[in-house]
Amino acid sequence: MNISQHFPILVIITLFTGAYLAPLAGLWKRKLCYPLAVLSALLSFLFSVVILLSVLEHGIIRYHVGGWEPPWGIELLVDPLSAFMALIVSFIGLLAVVYSKDYIAGEIPDKKLPAYYSLLQLIIGGMLGALMTGDLFNLFVMTEIFSISAYALVSIAQKKGSLIASYNYLILASVGTTFILFSTGFIYMVTGSLNMVDISQRLSALESPWVMYNGLILLVIGFAIKSALFPLHTWLPDAHSIAPSPVSVLLSALVIKVGAYSIIRSVFTVFGPGLLEQSGVVTIPVTWMASLGILLGSIYAITQTDIKRMLAYSSVAHIGYILLGIGLASTASMTGGIFHILNHALGKACLFFCAGAVLHKTGIRNVEEYTGLAGKMPITMIAFTLAAISLVGIPPTSGFMSKFYLAIGAYQESWIFLAVILLGSLLSAVFYFRVINLIYFGEPEHKSGVREQGAEIGGVVHRQPTTDNRREAPLTMLIPIIILALGSTLFGILVHIPLSVVEPAVKLLLGM
Amino acid sequence: MINLLPPNLPYFICITLLLIGLYTMIIKKSLIKKIMGLNIFSTSVFLFLISMAYRRGGAPPIKAEGVELYVNPLPHALVLTGIVVALALTSFALILVINIYKEHKTLDSEKLTKL
Repeated sequence: MNISQHFPILVIITLFTGAYLAPLAGLWKRKLCYPLAVLSALLSFLFSVVILLSVLEHGIIRYHVGGWEPPWGIELLVDPLSAFMALIVSFIGLLAVVYSKDYIAGEIPDKKLPAYYSLLQLIIGGMLGALMTGDLFNLFVMTEIFSISAYALVSIAQKKGSLIASYNYLILASVGTTFILFSTGFIYMVTGSLNMVDISQRLSALESPWVMYNGLILLVIGFAIKSALFPLHTWLPDAHSIAPSPVSVLLSALVIKVGAYSIIRSVFTVFGPGLLEQSGVVTIPVTWMASLGILLGSIYAITQTDIKRMLAYSSVAHIGYILLGIGLASTASMTGGIFHILNHALGKACLFFCAGAVLHKTGIRNVEEYTGLAGKMPITMIAFTLAAISLVGIPPTSGFMSKFYLAIGAYQESWIFLAVILLGSLLSAVFYFRVINLIYFGEPEHKSGVREQGAEIGGVVHRQPTTDNRREAPLTMLIPIIILALGSTLFGILVHIPLSVVEPAVKLLLGM
Repeated sequence: MINLLPPNLPYFICITLLLIGLYTMIIKKSLIKKIMGLNIFSTSVFLFLISMAYRRGGAPPIKAEGVELYVNPLPHALVLTGIVVALALTSFALILVINIYKEHKTLDSEKLTKL
């Protein structure tokens, strides 16, 4: 038997095994948990690279877990979209695990380290499971696995307010997952199947669409809460800003994207392109809510003074871009939306890592105090600038390319959506350039030891001869930051690499 | 006795429970009562799944001679999994509530949002 057939399940199983081994290793030696977590995340990343390559070469992989044929057994369905998403999730998950070592030592007590690494692997494994599964009920189970780990990770540092943020997240998101289960019940009732491909074949033969609409609407509401679509985003700013930074990265760059992915799956795979003409019940409200989210998320972000809260509100806006592209459902807009999943994941992960590095080294959270940080942490701040430019969407970066595709798709539909995209980009330029301006050109206020940076503004460098002046974060934190910043710049120039995956994915989803 | 009841009665009970659960979660201020609301809410969905599987006069799903009509066993398996998930969720939420009470000495959600 060839081992390469089993790669889809190995991607998920390595992380779940690691999650069980971490507390056991912690009983013996706590230092072992970190290398163990890095190893399992690395293995999972390598498996997902191989899967992506083999999907691009041989087409869709259908893996039957335990050898049970669908529709009885659980099926893993890996098409270009899920392989693409799985690669993003396992890669950024790996970086977050690497980043955790030095950051987390100051945040949580030593005896919680095994629990932290265990939960970290569970959340990544749960997301990978949700991406690869071809079974509707299994999707619910995997969603619950990564959601419960997310609630626990938000409150693990036990900072002020983190318990309440975690509680609010739990209550709202549980309503969402219960809706998903409810909808699974409706769909099972009319089709008698839980397998996504099987369901879509049986649904197209169905005469009365009302039970089907009911199922679809509940499913989309459930995943819209998970992905923080605009009016359902209220849990996001607290949870994302109060969590430890590696967790903020996982939540903001990955968890809400997996929600968006599940919306794509439920609208396009379960209900299928044949029924899409009638499913305006779902796509039209999603499009409008996403447009509102782009504008209001950016406006809220402008008013924030806490850097992590600002980034969290910016995520509300960016999930709006992704869902706007999906809701418009044309080739260009879908390409833009799915490509933007990659760009926002790279950019937002980089920004949260940078904010975490600044928080770790200087304890600064307030945007106003970023004044003159360019002298203290030059590499981190260059990375911050590159990632922010990519998220605003300025040409050489990858964020421009996805917004360009989105704009083409929006213009084909209506000028209103084009205006929303342009206005949203302008608004995001307002708050990102405010920070960049403060970092490089800000007038330092004469307080608390930032005085020596003042001399740099005139071009004359009068650095105090102390080694304390340049304080970059440790290498485990700096390397993920550099990789992500380079990634979000290079994919704007080498744009054909991500598009070679996104285009077949979109063609498959739209049934072309 | 059970044959006298209208066949779609469980669905009405399920929707009533669903709305009671949602109402409790939205209106009640106590954090514990919100968790109770969440449990009522998810139980209503379990009831929906079970009542969907029931067939009038259906035998238990064990293959036997001369039995044609079985109840559908699959939703029961789903409900079992759902109960396990709900248990994990409830226990974690209760631990959070205990820690919130230790930290803030109150469980009133309105007072907590002011902090």
